[in-house]
Order: sequence, then C-alpha cells, then structure tokens
Amino acid sequence: MANVTHQSAIIPDRSLFNILDKVADKLPAVLAVIGLIGLWQLVVWGFSVPTYMAPGPADVLNAFRENSTVLWNNFWPTLFEAALGFVFGNLVAILLAILFVHSRTAERAFYPIAVFVNTIPIIAVAPILVLILGNGYAPKIVIAALICFFPTLVNMVRGLKAVQPATLELMRVLSASGSEVFWKVRIQSSLPFLFAALKIASTTCVIGAIVAEWIGSNYGLGALIIEATYNFRSPLLYATVFTAALLAVSLFTIVSVVEKRVIHWKAQGVH
Amino acid sequence: MVVSALRKSPVVIGNSAATAAPAVSVRNIDVTFGAGDAAVTALAGVSVDIPEGSLVTMLGPSGCGKSTLLRAIADLVPTSAGEITVLGRSPQQARQDRNFSFVFQDSTLLPWRSAIDNVRLPLEVGGTHAAHGEPANLLELVGLKGRENALPSELSGGMRQRVSIARALVTKPKILLMDEPFGALDEITRDKLNEELLRIWQETGTTVVFVTHSIPEAAFLGEHVLVLASHPGRVKEFMPINLPHPRQLKVRDTIEFVRITAHLRQLLEEC
Repeated sequence: MANVTHQSAIIPDRSLFNILDKVADKLPAVLAVIGLIGLWQLVVWGFSVPTYMAPGPADVLNAFRENSTVLWNNFWPTLFEAALGFVFGNLVAILLAILFVHSRTAERAFYPIAVFVNTIPIIAVAPILVLILGNGYAPKIVIAALICFFPTLVNMVRGLKAVQPATLELMRVLSASGSEVFWKVRIQSSLPFLFAALKIASTTCVIGAIVAEWIGSNYGLGALIIEATYNFRSPLLYATVFTAALLAVSLFTIVSVVEKRVIHWKAQGVH
Repeated sequence: MVVSALRKSPVVIGNSAATAAPAVSVRNIDVTFGAGDAAVTALAGVSVDIPEGSLVTMLGPSGCGKSTLLRAIADLVPTSAGEITVLGRSPQQARQDRNFSFVFQDSTLLPWRSAIDNVRLPLEVGGTHAAHGEPANLLELVGLKGRENALPSELSGGMRQRVSIARALVTKPKILLMDEPFGALDEITRDKLNEELLRIWQETGTTVVFVTHSIPEAAFLGEHVLVLASHPGRVKEFMPINLPHPRQLKVRDTIEFVRITAHLRQLLEEC
C-alpha cells in the first residue's frame, strides 16, 4: 500500500498517461484501417477501376453525403426489425432453455426440432415466412428472431447446467429448494454463457433483418442494397453496407457494455 | 508447550465431555454404488461413535471410503444397510435442522458474491433459521477482517477456504463435517489453517469430523484418528491421540508425535 502512494506522488498526472496508454493500445488498429483504405483507393486509381464495378473510398464518402436522408430513412426500419428480433428470439431461447433444464422430457422432445430448424438456411426460410406473414415488419422480425434463437438456446442450456457438482451438494446440505438453487446459482452461473450468445446474436439479428428485406420489402437497408445493386449505384451500395455494419457494431457494443456491468465479477477476476 | 506435549498422559482432551452421548453414531453401515454386477461396495459394516465436542480425523488410502462415510453422515450419500444418527436423529432430519455444516475440498464459493455475501448464503436459503452468527464477526474469526467485500477471484486459495469455513459456521452448527478442506493448499498455508482450525474448534465448541489423506494432519488435528482400510471400506482402528490441547505446530517435532505418525503409517501399510 505504501508503495502505491509513493509511486503516485512521483508521477504527477496519471490520467494523461492513461490516455496515452489507451491511444498507444488502439494505434495499430487505427493505422491498419487507414492503411487498408489507402490501399483500396490506390488500387482503384492504379487499375482505373470503373466506379460502378468498385468505387473508391472517396466515392463512397461522397455517397454518404449525397444520400444521407435516404440512408437515415432506411436505417430505422432495419434497426427496428433487428432489435425486436433480438429481443423476441433471445427471450424465447432463454425461456425454452429454462424449460429444458427443468424437464428432461421437454428437452428430448424439442431439442432435436430446434436443431433441425437451425439446419435450414435462413435464406431458404425467409421466402416461406414472407408468404405466410406478408410484406410488413412481421416476417423481418421473425427471421431476425430465428437467427438469434439457436446460439442463445444452446449456450443458455449449457450455462444453466454449468454448475459445479460440489456447489449443488452445498445447496443440498443447506436444504435449499429447487427455486433457490435456480435463482441463487443457476441463473448467475449461466450469465457468461448467455452474454457470449447475445454478442453473436447482436450481429446476426442485423443479418436476419437485411436478408428478410431482400425477399420482399420497399424499405430498410436490405431493400436499399438490392435497389442500389440493380441500378449500378455502387457508391450508394457500399455506403449502405457500411451503415449496416455500423448498426451491427453498435448493437454489439451495447451488449458488451451491459455485459461488463452485469458480470462485474468475471471482469474483475481477469485483471 | 513442548514440555507438556512430551508428557505421557493426556492432560486435556479438547472440548469433549467424557459422559456425553455421541454427536454422530454410525452403526454397521454399508454403502453400495451401482447395482447388479457393476455394484461397488464402498463401505462395509462400518461402526463408529463421534463424541460430542470432539475432533475426529478420518484417515485412509484413497478409495477407502472416508469421504463416502462423511457424505453418508451429511445425507449426501444413501446407505444401503445400517443406521446413522446425528444428534439422535436421522441425517436427513439433522440436515433440515441445520445441525451440521459441510466444508468441501474446493471452497465452492459463488464467484459473483463477495466474501461476506458468500458467508450469508446459508441464511438466505432453506427456510428461516433463528440462530445464526454474524457474518462480519465470523470473517474476523477466520482472519479475514477487512476483506469482506473481496470477490473470491481476488482471494488466494487459503483465503477462499477460510471464507468457506466462516460460511459453514454461520448457521452455528453443532457439527462441522470437513472433506479434505486443506488438501488443495500448499503446505505452509495448510499448516497455518490447521492451527487456526484448532483455535476455532476450541472457541466454538463444535464437534469436528475431518477427512484427510495426510498422516501428520490427521495426527495433529485429531483427538481420535479413525483409520479406514479399503476394498471394501471398513474401520481399521479408532485411535486416540494423546497429545494435550491447545496444540501448536511444534508438537509435530516431538518424539510422541513421531511415534503416533509412525504407528498410523504402519496401519496404513497394512490396509
């Protein structure tokens, strides 16, 4: 303890060093991105690639500026579908996982079906759902939910079962009831598994929403991608793709931040 | 201390009153795992009385069933024949009445709970229990004052086991069942915790049943050592250890102690 006080007395401003540390930490990634964008621009220039085939970064930046309203208007529906799909898909997966852990019969009955549903490519299910649910938000939300569902189900079941046998023996010695074991032990120990799945789902739900919009939609980033492709508006296409990526990264970041808050014990254990 | 330890006759035998009824009475029990041809007899015809307030260590080669015997007393393993009574009632009744606590080899702390919240766990589950200790005082008793809010990941293996001992004591159990609690610790930590366990035993007056595979540990802690033989698990000898209390680690350097451990070693070789 005395040592620590001593050190901080010598170093006048620790926050400055912290900022420098963080910059130094991120520097390689930033440089790599700048380098790749530069390389991209050079290739486009050097080989005189026509813009409709592959636009350079400058063209894409320009497309962002010119089409900001279009991008913005199509961003919201996709966010809406992806977010609702995320919520519903994961909610159903979590509830089903809880059911599976409580009932071996339910697990044996429904787990194979869940595996089967998961093996059907989402791109093949999408038209079926559009036929059933029409052209509105519903099929998009369902497809986004479907793509989130399976990883969360598998991880949540594993997480709820990932309790050490000795911990269960401890709870037995304490005469704890089934619901006490569930709330005090199982739920908590499943959280790292759940968040691992939620991070996957935070990016795949965007994929689900976009694929659904391809099949039949007049709005959303997916529809914009199709439209821009057919009209050879390649800079707009690229700008749309980047917007979709930005959406996925944002959702991923939100889940990561929530994870750090909820699983404080794991994060602190690593330091 | 060394001088008194060298005396032949036992001066004080811990907390035990000579006339008290046994805290734990094991009558001719068998424990069998599996069924049919695959059945394995873990214990055959084991009988032993654990005097109230005493500290009994169980020693034996691996596979002799010493942990199984402890688990049978704790109602964690069913017996196939014979009878166990804990304070005059069935192990199940004693468990529900919180007459005993169990300390596992692994500390089995919940990693998301701070030290003090882990100590509180027994008070939060298994119904309401009037008599209990103050978690903060118990952490002080096991030498962890000031670390109340530390997470298990921030504590050393020895400290975690101290927390689990405090957790076991929070229900004010009459009997403390310990299954190789210091087996995974380094020798220096183990020695220190051995001494502290004796201090805690004398301060609380609890009956302690302690399973170990270390001969010096069994001899140093025990008022009696129950030596078990294997295949099938059975009682080899119930040996009184005539060393006065309070014992300190240096008692292990006395001729008396060496004689005891030599005898125990010989017993184990015959097993």
